Amino acid sequence: MTMIETLVAGEQGLFKPATLTPMQKMTLRFVVVGLVYYGFALVEGMLMRAFQVTPLPFITKDQYFAILTAHPLVGIFGSTYSIVCGAFLFLVPFLMKKPLWSIRLANWTCGLIAVGTFVFWAAGFLTHYAPLYTLYWPLPADFGQFSVVGGTVFIAGVALVMTGTVFFVLNIYMTIGYTPEGWEKQPTGRLLASALGLSGLRNLFTRRRTEHLVSLPVAAIARGTVDTALNAGVILFTGVLILVYMVAALFGVSLKHTAVDALLYKNWFWWGLDLVADGLVLIFVAGTWYLLATLITGKKLFMENIARAALFVELVVSWTVWSHHLLSDQAQPGILKVASGELVTAFELITQGLAFFITLVTLWSARPLKMTMPLRFLLGGLLGFALAVPAGIMQADIGLNRILHNTQWIVGPHVHVAVLVGLTMTLYSAFYVLFPILTNGAALYSERLARFHFWTHLLGGIGMGAFMGMAGLNGMLRRTIYVNGEFMPYMILAGLSGALLLVGFLAFFYNIVMSLGMKGVIGIFTPARTETKELALV
Amino acid sequence: MKVDSQMVLWGQTLAYTLYAIAMIALVGWFALRVTRDGGSRGVAPALFYSFVGLLVVCGVSLHIVTYKTIPWAALDLNRASITPDRTFDITAGQHRFTLPAPKLTARCGEKVRFNVTSTDLTYGFGLFRQDHSMLFQMQVLPGHVNDILWVFDRAGVYSIRSTEYSGPAGVDMIERDVVEITCDATPAN
Repeated sequence: MTMIETLVAGEQGLFKPATLTPMQKMTLRFVVVGLVYYGFALVEGMLMRAFQVTPLPFITKDQYFAILTAHPLVGIFGSTYSIVCGAFLFLVPFLMKKPLWSIRLANWTCGLIAVGTFVFWAAGFLTHYAPLYTLYWPLPADFGQFSVVGGTVFIAGVALVMTGTVFFVLNIYMTIGYTPEGWEKQPTGRLLASALGLSGLRNLFTRRRTEHLVSLPVAAIARGTVDTALNAGVILFTGVLILVYMVAALFGVSLKHTAVDALLYKNWFWWGLDLVADGLVLIFVAGTWYLLATLITGKKLFMENIARAALFVELVVSWTVWSHHLLSDQAQPGILKVASGELVTAFELITQGLAFFITLVTLWSARPLKMTMPLRFLLGGLLGFALAVPAGIMQADIGLNRILHNTQWIVGPHVHVAVLVGLTMTLYSAFYVLFPILTNGAALYSERLARFHFWTHLLGGIGMGAFMGMAGLNGMLRRTIYVNGEFMPYMILAGLSGALLLVGFLAFFYNIVMSLGMKGVIGIFTPARTETKELALV
Repeated sequence: MKVDSQMVLWGQTLAYTLYAIAMIALVGWFALRVTRDGGSRGVAPALFYSFVGLLVVCGVSLHIVTYKTIPWAALDLNRASITPDRTFDITAGQHRFTLPAPKLTARCGEKVRFNVTSTDLTYGFGLFRQDHSMLFQMQVLPGHVNDILWVFDRAGVYSIRSTEYSGPAGVDMIERDVVEITCDATPAN
């Protein structure tokens, strides 16, 4: 086939969207949306990297902070949520060997996340609404700096994403517990108790032990989804609170900012945000590692019961860990700083360390393994969290936080290495495992391009985190602009590392488009022609 | 030897760099060996539980070590019961710092309390050396007492900068070279 023919019809013309079931199409739609928004976030990130080297004439200060506000939200909600929701809405029924409760609701989730992300991104782009994702009170309601209309649209966009997330949560739990039409009655309560870890907890205190009714990856998804639900509740509640101020302003009434306590608000908001950052991400990632390790090796997971218990511990930890974000808030009670901020946070080193160890030992037990794309990216993901979690534990210390808080250290070696290297490479590993299943055996266009993507992503992600971290240790703050070249060498090196990430993603994107073909990509978004509908597993 | 933030950061840089190199080497070694046939001997549970023990020790000892060695950690937690030698009351509002005097001067060894009040937004308050490195910082929340107790152990001139984003207008919240510390060997201002 010529290059043009491959571009149109895909590698060897093997991908035929007409043969896809509704489940496959739904999952692939999530993946496409997630990859497009990953590209958005990457371009935004590169614009900011370039701006930190030298202010760009076509980006004003207000625009820069609007990008800084949108960037993490597009990355987390538009990209990661899309890919994770799509993957888990596929995997839960796949692993439980029962149909998804509602494919229609899953498609609504995809649409709401896609549209909601575009709405808040566009509101930020057009009106420069820029309170950052932290929304520290009363900044989101500071209409002296920000457009009230822009803010209202921005919050509405986030609310759409959260509504889609609630639909995802409902779909996951209903799928675990419901009885499909024509099936024998399912033990709904016991299935949900097993998925959430309640039956495992009960086993600790009774002689009559009950067996686990759901597999470990499904348990991980169910427990991470608890945090997803709680987080959606917190963000929706906060959005309503901010909207009250916005609607009042639209009617010419200025409500008092002091009606909301800034410290209480900050505790509430970080409690909710950490359900994502320190809860569902770590639980979902650990569950995905376990699934990938068993799929790659075909072997049972090492220390499976301990792994299952650790997921439950991680869930409880995620509810009590938020105070490490308030170690520099002097009004925060000292007991919360020590107990929640330092000691509970240290548990994340233990739970994530266990997941790291268990995954490596499971892989080791199946030597010799072929270095496939899923294994290669899985090892990259493991390395990412091995680097990022200790970096976070260091800053969650009262002494060290005093000189690290809000520096580039936080956002470099911790956040970006965790998200770009740890989380994203784990997702790429899952992508390469699921690719032939979801496409009915489509062939990858180029292994060489996939390897190029791996190395550029790994080196770019670690490099960017490292150079941002060095700048942070030398005093460079995040969330501000330096115009006098104070940290120029670090920012040039971080920018070059970011460019590696961008080049790697372009190679990946090109590889996937050439694998599926333009007709194939368009075909993903047309209605499925199969009759199986909700009963289709794949 | 006196421990200051530069020394702590140097120690952290060294420790984390060594750790990162070791971890990259470990995963690299694993990637090479896992593709080779070496038999499928399992890992003894004892090794697993030893690893768990190591994680617990690392997680807890970090905080004990820093509490014992970083001078400002204990000072910070116990500051309510410590009487400062000098207090500076500072106001942050409308994206500006208002200082009690054009120059804030203190002497080495004094317990200096910076008490910062916000009249509108959430800000940050940090002291920075002339090479832009950070001495310390804290958050400044409206409606709350935001104070930090610090003992300066060497002479120097520092700038104040907001360390928290408060909107685009907050980028310029910098008061250059307004804190001056003198020691016995150097003449007081």
